[in-house]
Amino acid sequence: MVAELGHFALILALAVALVQGTLPLVGAARGDDRLMALGRTAALTQAALVIVSFAALTQAYVTSDFSVANVVANSHSAKPLLYKISGVWGNHEGSMLLWALILAVFGAAVALFGANLPDTLRARVLAIQALIGVGFLAFLLFTSNPFERVFPAPADGNGLNPLLQDPGLAFHPPLLYLGYVGFSVTYAFAVAALLEGRVDAAWARWVRPWTLAAWCFLTLGIALGSWWAYYILGWGGFWFWDPVENASLMPWLAGTALLHSAIVVEKRDALKSWTVLLAILAFSLSLLGTFLVRSGVLTSVHAFAQDPARGLYILGFLIFVTGGGLALYAWRAPKLASQGLFQPVSREGALILNNLLLCTLAATVLLGTLYPLFLDLLTGAKVSVGPPFFNATFVPVCAPLFAALCVGPFLGWKRAELWPALMRLRLAFIVAVAAAIVALTLIDSRSMLAALAFGFGVWLIVGSLAQLADRVRTRTLRNLPRATLGMIVSHAALGVVVLGSVATSSWNVELMQVMKPGDRISFAGYAVQLDRMDEVQGPNYIAERATLSVSVGGKPYTVLQPERRLFTVQRRQVAETAIQTNFLRDLYATLGEGDPKQGWVIRLYLNPLAPWIWLGAALCALGGFISLSDRRLRVGAPQRTRRPLAQPAE
Amino acid sequence: MRRALFILPLLTILLMAGFFAWSLTSGRDPASIGSVLVGRPAPKLDLPALRPGEPALTDAALRTGKPVVVNFFASWCTPCLAEHPLFTRLAEREGAVIVGVAWKNKRDDALAWLKKLGDPYKLAGLDLDGRTGIDWGLSGVPETYLVDGQGIVRRHFRGPITERDLNDTILPFLKGAAK
Repeated sequence: MVAELGHFALILALAVALVQGTLPLVGAARGDDRLMALGRTAALTQAALVIVSFAALTQAYVTSDFSVANVVANSHSAKPLLYKISGVWGNHEGSMLLWALILAVFGAAVALFGANLPDTLRARVLAIQALIGVGFLAFLLFTSNPFERVFPAPADGNGLNPLLQDPGLAFHPPLLYLGYVGFSVTYAFAVAALLEGRVDAAWARWVRPWTLAAWCFLTLGIALGSWWAYYILGWGGFWFWDPVENASLMPWLAGTALLHSAIVVEKRDALKSWTVLLAILAFSLSLLGTFLVRSGVLTSVHAFAQDPARGLYILGFLIFVTGGGLALYAWRAPKLASQGLFQPVSREGALILNNLLLCTLAATVLLGTLYPLFLDLLTGAKVSVGPPFFNATFVPVCAPLFAALCVGPFLGWKRAELWPALMRLRLAFIVAVAAAIVALTLIDSRSMLAALAFGFGVWLIVGSLAQLADRVRTRTLRNLPRATLGMIVSHAALGVVVLGSVATSSWNVELMQVMKPGDRISFAGYAVQLDRMDEVQGPNYIAERATLSVSVGGKPYTVLQPERRLFTVQRRQVAETAIQTNFLRDLYATLGEGDPKQGWVIRLYLNPLAPWIWLGAALCALGGFISLSDRRLRVGAPQRTRRPLAQPAE
Repeated sequence: MRRALFILPLLTILLMAGFFAWSLTSGRDPASIGSVLVGRPAPKLDLPALRPGEPALTDAALRTGKPVVVNFFASWCTPCLAEHPLFTRLAEREGAVIVGVAWKNKRDDALAWLKKLGDPYKLAGLDLDGRTGIDWGLSGVPETYLVDGQGIVRRHFRGPITERDLNDTILPFLKGAAK
């Protein structure tokens, strides 16, 4: 019954979305107030309906209603409650419903908080948002209905993929989707602006909070995914250049570029068509990511049920959204006149450099991700593009980006002098060089590159602090605009991420050893002893657990208990790593195959500064949230004289 | 000229979309890493019969002049359950010769599984310790090989076969090789 209600609510939501996607557009073109006002009501109604639908599916999961096919395929009565709930989006249908939910909620948010938008712009944004919603709702209803029943209902379900039964992964998809879908609002704003034929400082200011919010969530989502990979896949690595990781990185890079180029639109009334293009691309790349994961054109660790029919639907949708947006762009964007010429040495010049580099990075990732697919199709050759490619192409472009990152904020708008800006950074430069030299002499004299990268990390942090010091000289910290503070925090946080990644990937120590209970080894200054092996019974798995006692200088230091879990329903083994962290390094242990006669394979890693990767990413997002609370975004742009509503949009 | 610049993003996306559409409709499987066995003689097969009282399963079964489908399965494997009806159909409707190998499976479990679901295998062997699976380059179950009448492997599927594999690859193979 509840499942049918959910299904019905979804159908109603589609109907409402169709209304919301068409009538306000007509209203905006004709200047009809009532039709435009419909957008707001429809957006709220649509959100309410999708919430009902999502709640219905969640209810089916929580109560383990095995008459619903989706629950049977992805849940099990013995699963802990958290994973029953996260199971809702741990599968294709449910995660698409989550997409639709977030999309509708964002639409409702625009309706609620968009009171300061001009009526025509708001009506158009809501309509575009609804048209995207129509695509997803139709996709759900026609190809991926989550409410399908099975008869007779089986006694129990097949269980969720054990890899997904993890707190880190329970929240990874929702955050990621908040990011992906958040860019739909930016996209809607861009398309609406093209329809209106107007992009100005006010527009840039209206779009900014949505871009920022999406960017923050995407940052958190990516970080959580990487953290999950770090501790569950058990290889000690944190980023694998897997196609799906890349799929989330591309919109992040485009979104980061957009955040920066929108500032130029806001302050200098320039770079308009470029910013609009980035807004379209950020969402297109989000959709591309979804397409790559769902369609099965690429293989990856993200094993969603792959089905070419669904792939074709998403592809059609991708062409509709991206192609439609870009066709409109090709038609209307040439008319968006930008003002003025640019001096290369100026704030806007620095932001353009930032955009060029970020877009180069995004293009590199795109090429590396899709190249195997294209080559396979054209020649039948199978290649794998992995870390060596990205290390050789991605990392070098980061160097000028990081170098310029600290200088840009010191440059004034319009025309600036490079030398005074550099002089204000001389201390930061000296500290960074010193850090690189220390890294080279004290830590590892073989890797010049690692030392250099380490120096860049320090440069980002100290350079951002120099920026803070410079700003506080003229006004107090309290008076500092939140946007500036947010920028400084995010820039410094990037440095923290760089330090963590460099240290972990270049200076880690690892050891693989077969051990029997009682065996003792020394590892990176620690004495590690395998005390015992136990059988552990979990709620839906049985596990082998090793107890490793770690001591330093004869004194007990910590106990690590890595496990190997066998999930009984799926007969799948998952390694549960044991990590002890002191925020300067991780002591990381995983348990491999073994038996009492031969001993067990134990892998130990010492990952210096590893926690900084995620700490830095969280700080980076925090910087975004600080910027989001900036006063100017709340009060909105100073209103220009409003055009009378009856006037046509052109 | 300036105008062309604005059309460029659209063209790029359409080109990419064309590639994706091609990829989706080409029936290419990104997970297929190819098999070194394809085009070579099938590895040794010398296993005790799964069903009591039958003769052992040997290479001779692959060199009868008729094409053979070799399927590795196990009663504990869920994907095997998914592909099972396709084999049943293949045996019953198309009269294909299917050789089954129960891999790392207890005899009683495998027999009970076949009894419950139906037994499409003309010949069936038991690879309890998984040795034959190693020779055949198995990465898990189910995996399926198409072997022509001369004992040469022509196709290798990792993972469960699908309706599409059946219609597009297996049936044409059986018909073509039978000629």
